[in-house]
Amino acid sequence: MELLYFGDNGWGDELFIATLMTVAVSITAMFIGFIFALIFTPLKLSKFKLFNFIGNFYTTVIRGVPELLVIYLFFFGGSGAIMYVAQIFGYYDYIEINAFITGAFSIGVISGAYSTEVFRGAIQSIDKGQFEASKVLGLNKYIYFFKVIMPQMLRLALPNISNVWQITLKDTSLISVTGLVEIMRQSYIAAGSTREPLFFYSFAAVLYLFLTYISMKFLNRLEKNYSRGF
Amino acid sequence: MDIDLMITSLPKLLNATLVTLKLLSASLFFGLFIGLFFAILRVAKNRFLNIFSYSFSYLFRGTPLLVQIFIIYFGLGQIDYLKTTFLWSILKEPYWCAIIAFSLNTGAYTSEILRSAFETIKKGYIEAGKSLGLKYSTIFYKIHIPIAVKQSLPAYGNEIILMMKGTSLASTVTLLDLTGVAKYIISTTFKPIEVFIVAGGIYLIMTFIFHNIIKYLEKKFSYQ
Repeated sequence: MELLYFGDNGWGDELFIATLMTVAVSITAMFIGFIFALIFTPLKLSKFKLFNFIGNFYTTVIRGVPELLVIYLFFFGGSGAIMYVAQIFGYYDYIEINAFITGAFSIGVISGAYSTEVFRGAIQSIDKGQFEASKVLGLNKYIYFFKVIMPQMLRLALPNISNVWQITLKDTSLISVTGLVEIMRQSYIAAGSTREPLFFYSFAAVLYLFLTYISMKFLNRLEKNYSRGF
Repeated sequence: MDIDLMITSLPKLLNATLVTLKLLSASLFFGLFIGLFFAILRVAKNRFLNIFSYSFSYLFRGTPLLVQIFIIYFGLGQIDYLKTTFLWSILKEPYWCAIIAFSLNTGAYTSEILRSAFETIKKGYIEAGKSLGLKYSTIFYKIHIPIAVKQSLPAYGNEIILMMKGTSLASTVTLLDLTGVAKYIISTTFKPIEVFIVAGGIYLIMTFIFHNIIKYLEKKFSYQ
């Protein structure tokens, strides 16, 4: 157990910070995913074939390709793409992107594809009468979306969004390949320097179990809260 | 866009696809048996067996696949006792470690799929079988299994695709599967987009093929 002491003699504090890092990356990635979902869900539901195609292309490609490959794409291609854009604006120095941003962005793109599917399904399963009723009542677009569709959609989407959260949380272990020090990377470092891989990887598994357990409890409560009266 | 690189890397990537497919088929094969075993324990009347099976599936579904591979590949090598047994000849190979981790992982998900399929079987069918005087094994093979297969096909199709994506993690334990080779080519040429298009394309084609096979099977098994 002295391996887990806080301070210089143990890995307790390092692993604690790494756990916070995992949570921070997951939340950021989830948020970025929601932004992507906000862009692509309307495209998927749109009447125009071209928009549909763009939306479907995004969700099909990202959900059909391994997460690791997407991460490698952004890890190796990210700074190149940014530099390419910067050169158009006349900036020629080397730009290095922070590992946190690369990681959160690549996981965000992945979780966005899943969120898009969830939101699309939720909107499609809202009763058609609701759309028609708000049209007949002459509600403006803002009220129509935020006061009529959104609350119903959230209730239907929440159980699946909590699945997406679990997937995102577990996917963040993959960005350890980019060098960001989260649970997996920290365990790798600790296992390497103490030669106790079994202990540290098992401890990492316990940390992940703890995180998934806590978030499941929290999300279940949220679900109950949202589905009051149903 | 470097078309030449895409053309020259295609044969290498296709070769690596074979490794991916081998890993996938082996882990699905073993995973199906593990899943069936734990699903049966899960619907058994013994409470201890239920808890055992539930904790197995919770453990493997609640932790990332990467942790599981690392525990098996790096962690188990630390136990000196294992090195004296015949198991060591299996566990020192990254290939078999990956297959063990994938099989256990997909087994956990499969057990959940099969459990929910078993639970949807109406009691009347089982009772009918019993009152006809069928043996327990006959009831299981002729009533449970056919209904469960039909019920679980769509979910199992998803699991196949998830597992196909999961095999990419084999590259983290030095195996050169499709993702591993793609990473190697990216890191030597620094042309991530071209390689991503080719490797991603191969994965998408595989997804497409599996999707259609499952769709065909679903049609075949539906008895309308």
